[in-house]
Amino acid sequence: MEVVVAVIVGVLFAVGIYLILTQDLLRIVLGTSLLTHAVHLLLMAMSMLKTGAAPLLGRGKEEFVDPLPQALILTSIVINFGITAFFLVLSYRAYQKLDTTDMDRMRSESSKHRGRRR
Amino acid sequence: MPRGSDVFLQNISKIVVFIILAFALYLFFTGHGSPGGGFIAGLMSAGALLLLALAYDIETVRKVIPIDFKIVTAVGLLIALCGGTGSLLFGEPFLKHAFGYFQLPLLGETELHTALIFDLGVYLAVVGVTMTILLTIGEDN
Amino acid sequence: MNNWVVAPLLIPLFTAVLLIFLHNKLKLQRWISLLSSLLNVAVAIFLMVQVRTTGIQTLNMSGWAPPYGIVLVADMFAVLLVLAASIVTACCLWYSFRGIDEERERHYFYSLVHFMIAGVNGSFLTGDLFNLFVCFELMLMSSYALIVLGGTKRQFRETLHYILINVLSSTLFVASVAYLYGATGTLNLAHLSMRIAESGQTGPITVVSALLLVVFSVKAGLFLFFWLPGSYGAPPAAISALFGALLTKVGMYALIRTFTLIFYHEVQVTHMLIGTMAVATIILGGFGAVSQTNVNRILGYNVIASIGFISLALAVSNEDALKGAVFYLVHDMIVKALLFLLAGILVAETGTERINRMGGVLSHSPLLGWMFLIASLAVVGIPPLSGFPGKLLIIQGSLENGQYIVAAAGVLLTLMLLYSLIKIFILGFWGKARRPREAHWKQSRKLLLASAPLMMLIILLGVFAEPVMPYMQRAADILTDPSIYIQAVFKE
Repeated sequence: MEVVVAVIVGVLFAVGIYLILTQDLLRIVLGTSLLTHAVHLLLMAMSMLKTGAAPLLGRGKEEFVDPLPQALILTSIVINFGITAFFLVLSYRAYQKLDTTDMDRMRSESSKHRGRRR
Repeated sequence: MPRGSDVFLQNISKIVVFIILAFALYLFFTGHGSPGGGFIAGLMSAGALLLLALAYDIETVRKVIPIDFKIVTAVGLLIALCGGTGSLLFGEPFLKHAFGYFQLPLLGETELHTALIFDLGVYLAVVGVTMTILLTIGEDN
Repeated sequence: MNNWVVAPLLIPLFTAVLLIFLHNKLKLQRWISLLSSLLNVAVAIFLMVQVRTTGIQTLNMSGWAPPYGIVLVADMFAVLLVLAASIVTACCLWYSFRGIDEERERHYFYSLVHFMIAGVNGSFLTGDLFNLFVCFELMLMSSYALIVLGGTKRQFRETLHYILINVLSSTLFVASVAYLYGATGTLNLAHLSMRIAESGQTGPITVVSALLLVVFSVKAGLFLFFWLPGSYGAPPAAISALFGALLTKVGMYALIRTFTLIFYHEVQVTHMLIGTMAVATIILGGFGAVSQTNVNRILGYNVIASIGFISLALAVSNEDALKGAVFYLVHDMIVKALLFLLAGILVAETGTERINRMGGVLSHSPLLGWMFLIASLAVVGIPPLSGFPGKLLIIQGSLENGQYIVAAAGVLLTLMLLYSLIKIFILGFWGKARRPREAHWKQSRKLLLASAPLMMLIILLGVFAEPVMPYMQRAADILTDPSIYIQAVFKE
């Protein structure tokens, strides 16, 4: 099972990085989101994959799972949710303002702008 | 097809929204010892509101819930903070929570815990933030 | 257990939330935020006295004992930085009464600043690696919003880059947290230090430490600084001052904390790497500062170069160097804030950011000119000012260890920074005025008044370096001997 998860993490990382390296802003946002998913899977795999109950006393279960990575993942998901949402809103606003979602064109516009000022 | 005129979607979502909200309520209260909690319940409630916004339009949602969601976020944060800080008044460490069993009418013996206050704050903050973001993006169309 | 430790986090958080409700009442917002930041200064001083008299203060959040719960640790190093950060914030807030337009103030400027301060103070005080990540994110998320506030084209472009860089490094942060948890089974800094000391810093752990080095270097602007000058130049002066003073220093704090407390076993590998990066940062940052003609960019490269300088001390890692690093960090927070604030006035007075289009400012605002000169001299480390003791100690420490390249890099840095800042002074303040002044003198006088406390502090910190030194010594003791920190965390 660990091997499968490791492969998935690798694939997610690869896809995420590929997306980040593209020009389009929307793809970049998706790429960062995929990367964080990869990292969350990694966190889960790092605490050993097994099935079991929540570690609460008095539940009559024998197998328990380590709750800490799950708490970490939840926290990280919340943070990632906030950042992705903000990033999306910002990209949308940037698109309205700059009339493009192409990172290269944004930069070339800025250098053109700078050239004119000189 | 013009926006907000799909009869099937509108009529179904009228019912489904309440099912989703009820499930969110269930998740909120079950969150103490099982999967669930303020964050998930908040996201789910925001999802229900989003469904309304999709079926009708944003103006309708505004009319149904005439609140500024930024204020909802702030209230949520305030409640969560106070929930954590309350323990300072009793000389306990920050974020320390208490619980107890009480006899309530209708419900019988129920476990009540102060962590629920914190969770309520989280719930409101999540609903507020999600709706603010959705409305900001949606408004421009 | 001491609940005061959480106060530097709670006060800004409460203020930030409160200010969301009051976002249309500008006057009230200003006064509340200034009061809250002054309260924070008072609490920081109170904590510092406590740490001085009774040792390291800890707080186990929600009462869970250390390795299981999240612990806040206020040692001298953290408390000194919290104090410096609070003072800088108070001055920047005062400055922004005039220096920030009402539109921004209405759009939650003060709330965002307070959220950011909560993140900054949290990062300083936390004793848990994952909590450090959370506080980082709180700080960064507010900084994203602060950079883009106002919404000009340039701000959008820079913010997109800034967010992307930081999201990537945060992802790596979580990945390294995952690896560390897999390898050691704990995330408490003190416990991590114990576990790694017991099992030895094996190869994989050193690799994880390198990953953390990359993460913190991006945040601190150590070698991986390509995003910094642009992003810090985009927002108005009060915000750049906060960023230049606080954000990179938090990354630097995290570097110093982790590499003195946890990963101090493989010095030849990790600290060698840090040293190399530091020298490269100094050279690149120095040349960057010398070559630029835009005031904000020059200051941005100055921030980078001094981060490189502090990292030199971390690479040397003996007592003198670390003591110098603590002193220099405190000094650098104050002086960088001051420089950015003064540059903001300069830009407002001349109406341009390019120094070759300025000139003659000294004739109509002499006070600004002389304050800028003194601040520049403090950055460079001229004796009676606060830059000197820290710089001396770091160079002295590196000579003690026989690391002459490090010492030479430090001296080289001094010369390049002197050149870059004096260039601003000569081109901006001397000569004839090139264009009519745009700002009213009355306006700038109020702004100058707000930056004056920082100015006083620079001079006082330099002149009274001797009475301050015991505090720095305390901080350095903890950095050189991790067992003090560990015992303090596990004592209850």
